[in-house]
Amino acid sequence: MSGPRLATLRNGSALPLAAVPDLPFEDLRDAVVRETAEGNRLVSFFASVPEPASPASSRAGGEVELLAVVADDEEGTLGVGRARLEGERFPSLTPACPQAHWFEREIAEQAGVVPAGHPWLKPIRFHSSWREGHDAWGRPALAHPVPGVTDFYRVEGEEVHEVAVGPVHAGVIEPGHFRFQCHGEEVFHLEISLGYQHRDVERALAGGPHKGTVPIVETIAGDTTVAHAWAYAEVVEALAGVAVPARAGAVRGVALELERLANHVGDLGALANDVGFLPTASFCGRIRGDFLNMTALLCGSRFGRGLIRPGGVGFALEPERAGRLAERLVAGRRDALEAIGLLWETASVTARFEGTGVVSPKDAEEIGLVGPAARACGIGRDVRHDHPHGIYRYVHLPVVTASTGDVAARAAVRAAEVERSADFVAEQLAALPETPARVPVGPLAADSLAVALVEGWRGEVCHVALTDGDGRFRRYKVTDPSFHNWFGLALALRGEEISNFPLCNKSFNLSYCGHDL
Amino acid sequence: MIKTLLARAHQGHRTLAWPDGPPPELPDRFRGLPAIDAARCPDGCRACADACPTEAVSLSPAGPRVDLGRCLFCPECAEACPEGAISFTRDYRLSVRRREELVFSGEPLPLATSLETELRRLFGRSLRLRQVSAGGCNACEADVNVLSTLVWDVGRFGIQMVASPRHADGLLITGPVTRNMELALRKTWDAVPEPKIVIAVGACAIAGGPFWQSPEQLGGAAAVVPVDLFVPGCPPHPATILDGLLRLLGRLEKDGRVAAR
Repeated sequence: MSGPRLATLRNGSALPLAAVPDLPFEDLRDAVVRETAEGNRLVSFFASVPEPASPASSRAGGEVELLAVVADDEEGTLGVGRARLEGERFPSLTPACPQAHWFEREIAEQAGVVPAGHPWLKPIRFHSSWREGHDAWGRPALAHPVPGVTDFYRVEGEEVHEVAVGPVHAGVIEPGHFRFQCHGEEVFHLEISLGYQHRDVERALAGGPHKGTVPIVETIAGDTTVAHAWAYAEVVEALAGVAVPARAGAVRGVALELERLANHVGDLGALANDVGFLPTASFCGRIRGDFLNMTALLCGSRFGRGLIRPGGVGFALEPERAGRLAERLVAGRRDALEAIGLLWETASVTARFEGTGVVSPKDAEEIGLVGPAARACGIGRDVRHDHPHGIYRYVHLPVVTASTGDVAARAAVRAAEVERSADFVAEQLAALPETPARVPVGPLAADSLAVALVEGWRGEVCHVALTDGDGRFRRYKVTDPSFHNWFGLALALRGEEISNFPLCNKSFNLSYCGHDL
Repeated sequence: MIKTLLARAHQGHRTLAWPDGPPPELPDRFRGLPAIDAARCPDGCRACADACPTEAVSLSPAGPRVDLGRCLFCPECAEACPEGAISFTRDYRLSVRRREELVFSGEPLPLATSLETELRRLFGRSLRLRQVSAGGCNACEADVNVLSTLVWDVGRFGIQMVASPRHADGLLITGPVTRNMELALRKTWDAVPEPKIVIAVGACAIAGGPFWQSPEQLGGAAAVVPVDLFVPGCPPHPATILDGLLRLLGRLEKDGRVAAR
C-alpha cells in the first residue's frame, strides 16, 4: 500500500517528536482514512495549541497542530502522524472516517478550528476555546458557554414528541442531558449532550508532571482509577526509560482486574435491578463491595487511590497479604458466579435482556466502539490481547465475545469476564515474582511523544503525552472509553421503546466525567 | 425458583450490625483521621507540606496542620515525613458541621452535632435526599450508592435517596461544582421545599479536591448553597458518610452508639 507513512511504535513506548512525521494535513488525512478503511482504529486524534504566551505561536505554519494515533490490532502496533494546520479550517475526516466524528467535535471546541464538512459539528463539553479569539462557532469570547444550549436534532411531525431528561436525572448518577425524538413509545432518535462534569483535566495536566498530577489522573473517572493511573504511569515510564519491576507489574494486573471485577459485578446487579430481579441485584450490590474491599486491602482505598505510581506500585504486596486476598477472592468469585448465574435461569430476565438495545457489528466498527460494548457485537477488541503490555505480555487472557449486540450480550460478556479476571488474579497471587515494588523514575525525555493503552473495565483508556524541551508535558491527551461509546448508546436506542432507556444505559454504564474531562 | 432460594440461603444475611454492634472492620492500610506528633518534626522540615498535592498540609509554629477539607487522604505526606510525625489512623469518623472545624492539628475533631431541634424533629427519623453530582468522579457517588445496598441499608434509619428534588428534604452534593453544573445545582436547590439541608460529601464538594486550581470549578458546594454537614475523604468511606448522616440526625451518641429514640 502506497501513500504517506505514519511512524510506528508499540503500546507503552515513546518516540522523539522528530521521528513523528510532520505531514501536510492532506497526507495525515489520507493516512488515517486509508488505515481505518483497512480495519485499523483511530484511538486518539487531537489538537495541540501553544500556551498563550508561548513563542511557538510565531512558528512557521499555523499554530494548531493535529496529531493522530491509529491502532493496528492485528499487528499490535500504533501509527502516529501529525500535521500543522494552515488557517482556521480543515476538511473534515468524518464523512470518510466516522470514527473521527467525536474527536473532530472535540478538536473544534478546544482549538477553535473548523472541520469543514463535519455532518454534526457541535460542542461536546461546552467550554471556551483554548485559543482566545478563535471559536469554531463564533461565540463571544467573554461568555462561558451554557451546557445543553445548542441546536438538537429534531424529528418533525404531528405525532412526534420530544422528551428531554437531565442534567440532574434519576438516582445517584452523574449529570447528562438526553433528548429523545419519540413516536409514541418508540424512540426514533436519541441525542446525548454532555459537558456538565467538565473540570478541565487536560489543561490541568499540561505543564506536569507536578505534585497534583497523580490525584488528577486518579479522578479522571474515579471508578477507573487503576486503568487511568496505569496509563499515566506507563507514559511516564516510557518517557523516562524505566522498566517496571516484575512484582509491581503483577500487582498492577491484580488491581486492574479487581477494578473490572467490582464494576462488572456491580453492573450485572444494576441490570438485574432495572428488570426487577432483586435477588441478583441485592447479592451483586454486596459482592461488588467485597471486590472494592479487596482493592482496599492492597492500598487502603476501595478505588485503588495511591496504588499505581510511576516506577511501580506504592504499596508492597507481602505473601501474607496475598494469601488473605486469595482467600477472599475465592469467596467473592463463588458468590458472584452464583448470583450472576441466576440471571440466565430466570425467564423474566432473559426476556427483557434479549433483543433489547441492539448495536450492529457494522455500526460498532464504524463508530469505533471499545470494551465490552464492542465485544458484545462480536468484535474481539481488547488491549490486553491486541496490544499487550506489562503483565499481559506474559499472561494471556482469552478475549470474551458475544454476537447479538444487545443487552443480553453486554451482560454475557461481563459475566464471562468476571470469571476470567478472577482466575487471572488467583493465578498472579499464587506466583508473585520476588522483586521490589517500585524503582525510582528520572527526568522525562524532552521533545518526545509517548502512548499508553490500558483495557479498563469499560474499554480502552488511551493517554498520549507530548513533552517540551524541558521534558514537561506540553500536551497531555486523555481518551476515556466512554468517549468512543456514548454514541453507541444513542444508536442502541434507535427503534427501541423509551422505557428501555434505563436498561440500555446501564448495559453501557458509561462515564460522564471520563468523557467530560 | 429453587436455585434462587438456595442462593438466598447461601448468600445469607449481610447487613452490618453497626451502629448497634461493632463498626465494620477497615483494612490496615485505610487512611482515616491523621495522627500528628509535632514533637518528632525535625527543625525546619517542610517535607509533608511540600509533598501535599492540594496544599492541605501547612506548618504552624506548633507543628503540621491538615485541612481535612482539602485532604485527599493520599499517602504522600506520611511517606514524605522522615520521622513518622504525620500518619493516618483507621478512625473513619470525620464529619463536622462547620468548614473551619476541618483544620486539624491533633486535638480531637469536633464531630458533627445534630440538627437544631425543629429540623431534627422533622428529619430525625425520615430524611429524603436528592443527590447531585456536580463534577464528581463517580467515586463519592459510588460510595453514597453503596449506602442503599443491603450491607449498609440506610433505609433502616429512615434515610432514602429520592429521584425528585420536590420529594427531598435536602441535597447531598458531590464534586467541586463545575461551572457547567452551577445553574443545575441552583435550580435543584430551589426545587427542594423548605426547610432543607445540604450535605457536602468528599474533598471536591468541600474544597475542589484534586481540581481545586481549575478555573472550570467553583471550589465546592458552599460556593452555591449553605452547607450543613461536611464529610471529608477522596472518596469518604461509606462508614464515614453514614457516621456523618447519623450524627447530623442525632442518631449517634458521642461514643458512636445509637441514641435512644
